[in-house]
Amino acid sequence: MSADLGRSPLPRQQVVLSGVGGQGILFLSRLLAEAAIAGGLPVLTSETHGMAQRGGVVVSHLKVGGFDSPLVRAGRADLLLALKEENVALHREFLADGGALIVNAPGPTDAGPGVRAHAVDADALALSAGAPHAVNLVLLGFALARIGGGTAGGLFCTEGEIREAISRRHGGGGSRLADALSALDLGIAHGT
Amino acid sequence: MSDRILMQGNDAIARGMVEAGCAVAASYPGTPASEILSSVDRWRKKCGATMHVEWAVNEKVALEIAYTAAITGLRAAVSMKQVGLNVASDPLLSAAYLGVTGGFLVVSADDPGPHSSQTEQDSRLLAMMAKVPVLDPASPSQAMALAGTGFDLSEAFGVPVMLRPTTRVCHASQDVDAPPFRPPVREARFVKDPARWAATPVYRRLLHDRLAEKIAAIAGWPATAPVRVTPDGSPAKAVVASGVAFSHARELFGELGMPGGIALYQVIQPYPLHAAFIEHLLETYEEILVLEESAPVIEMQIADRRRVRGRMTGAVPGTGELLPEIIAPILSRFAGLPEPVGALAAQGGGRRPTLCPGCAHRSSFYAIRKAAPDGIYPSDIGCYTLGINLGAVDTVLCMGAAVSQAAGFDYAHRLSGKQVDIVATIGDSTFYHAGIPPLIDAVVQGARFVLVILDNGTTAMTGNQPTPGTGIGAGGETTAAVDMEGLVRACGVRFCRTANPDRLPEFIALLKEALVHARERGVAVVIARQPCAMVAFAASGKTPGAIVITEECNGCRHCVDRFECPSLVFDEATNRVRIDEMTCTGCGVCVSVCPAGAIRRESAGEERS
Repeated sequence: MSADLGRSPLPRQQVVLSGVGGQGILFLSRLLAEAAIAGGLPVLTSETHGMAQRGGVVVSHLKVGGFDSPLVRAGRADLLLALKEENVALHREFLADGGALIVNAPGPTDAGPGVRAHAVDADALALSAGAPHAVNLVLLGFALARIGGGTAGGLFCTEGEIREAISRRHGGGGSRLADALSALDLGIAHGT
Repeated sequence: MSDRILMQGNDAIARGMVEAGCAVAASYPGTPASEILSSVDRWRKKCGATMHVEWAVNEKVALEIAYTAAITGLRAAVSMKQVGLNVASDPLLSAAYLGVTGGFLVVSADDPGPHSSQTEQDSRLLAMMAKVPVLDPASPSQAMALAGTGFDLSEAFGVPVMLRPTTRVCHASQDVDAPPFRPPVREARFVKDPARWAATPVYRRLLHDRLAEKIAAIAGWPATAPVRVTPDGSPAKAVVASGVAFSHARELFGELGMPGGIALYQVIQPYPLHAAFIEHLLETYEEILVLEESAPVIEMQIADRRRVRGRMTGAVPGTGELLPEIIAPILSRFAGLPEPVGALAAQGGGRRPTLCPGCAHRSSFYAIRKAAPDGIYPSDIGCYTLGINLGAVDTVLCMGAAVSQAAGFDYAHRLSGKQVDIVATIGDSTFYHAGIPPLIDAVVQGARFVLVILDNGTTAMTGNQPTPGTGIGAGGETTAAVDMEGLVRACGVRFCRTANPDRLPEFIALLKEALVHARERGVAVVIARQPCAMVAFAASGKTPGAIVITEECNGCRHCVDRFECPSLVFDEATNRVRIDEMTCTGCGVCVSVCPAGAIRRESAGEERS
């Protein structure tokens, strides 16, 4: 892809998504990647498959805006989305100085100096909404509300672009789309 | 812009194959290659191509089927993981001599790390051994392009061509341009030539000469020649990289501020390495650093040992995945830059993988330990390897070895005058793949063991591909189905019984009966039949709140240590077990596991059966 003359440089962002098998990490990283493509941004992701998926630690790397390597180096991530609090200790090292941590945890999480940490009990929220499988979207909604989307320091894409990506995923609409959007809204409401 | 879609590396390889007119595609699932074949079938449907697409019983059969199509003039491909290539190596080495008339692509996906494999072997070494050219993509989009290039190369020289992606290509995703396409169509036409297709050793010698000539010519083929990606500079040093290590290096060149004089080359065809390129490197550069996964295939072909640095010289670690964190200090050292600071991100640790909540394998393993507490437990490749967490897996070697190892344990102990209870476990897909010949062997030799076939009706670990027992094909079409009990009996087994392992008391009793038979009369087979939880609960839904822990829980830990369901959580604060409602399926097998009777079914829900 050649850059158009006069166009501002592509936003570049590196995101690490961390959780355990069954939490929907793969869905979340693909959703974000599709939002990037819809916004005209090149994207690279790296996923965990196979034995590791069986309840073990699952990590996805997402690099938006003109990279070659599919992997995020230690100290380079702008954002760490942790669907399990216990994984923060494992994957904290990916975060750049000044990076943001969004974590699914019942109480505040100490991620050390130089990290903007935001916690939400996405498990409890999702369970109370009768949607235990939607923890991933609850956390994403919370992240959008806390750090913003499409602005400096926030997620590379806007809330509207995420909604569009979710709608494309559940093309037929119906209850699955409504459930997914309400999980996102639940997270947004708790981050605002 | 509208045609750009997110494509996983495996999906991109599949698209490249179908677009190039691949007519026959066969595979046996294995991480990280599993998604290729199901993707081939999706692209086939999308473009309306006429193809034969199949999940073969194993990689050897898959390769032979695809190869044969390629000697009728059709384009054909086989895909597998690297250890699958070991299984398929016999036909591959011979196919290299005989050659092909239509393009033949062998996709062998490597797993440096390894992340989900027994070994981190380099398929490119097997390509060298077989004398077939091998292509090494650095990204999903390049993998898609090289699938087409591979077919062209194969037909230009009449040889099989290997495409060798790695985990970081297969399971990377990228925005790729994917406009509609219409693949070319050919007609199968086999031209008889027994001196070639059925060559005797005398002819094989001639074919070997011809193959050597082809390889020499391929080392000059322009379309796969190495590419220099940095501008011209002072020719002192060069970095030569292939695969995803090239992608890491290219990004790091910018990030680390590598001096302009250092050249970066991408090798697309590691074997045979282009002869003119080797000459150019040695004429031009004082020092050459090679970055490649996993073996020093490129490095060993650069003849001047004094100027080459890499895996063989210790400049690059001799084993393991080349992560960007590992490459960064190597590049800095090579360029004479200060070493980058920064820790290595955690690669291991954390929660270990475990069998899913509601998985019937857990019941089988629990029952095996109850029935044969002092037994030896050979096992095999699949989800059920995780039975190691339950203390019910003692050995795992390779596909099908559970059966031969069970026999081997019996013969070894028999020599010492000992009889031990041996209970082997093997999955249904693995049994069909490589478990049948050793079962025949065990019957003939009079081995004494119990074989439990964990029949969940799917190849679960790799993403639930169908097995020969399901009667479902790669595209969801109806196929013939193999009768497992009939197959076991036809191998000569006299004790063959089928039961649902989730009915624990009955299943333990059946295993004890099988053990008596094994001790006195030889091999006994128990088929533990219950659908994979991933499939069953996706269809029927979970039943949250179905299972409760009562006041009677005394914190003995029996359920968490011996049954190890992730939905049973030991709460250190209360010294009692609680149910994780996020994951519990409500299967209720744990009810009969608790010695204190503290696990109960809350509702009057039906037991899963």
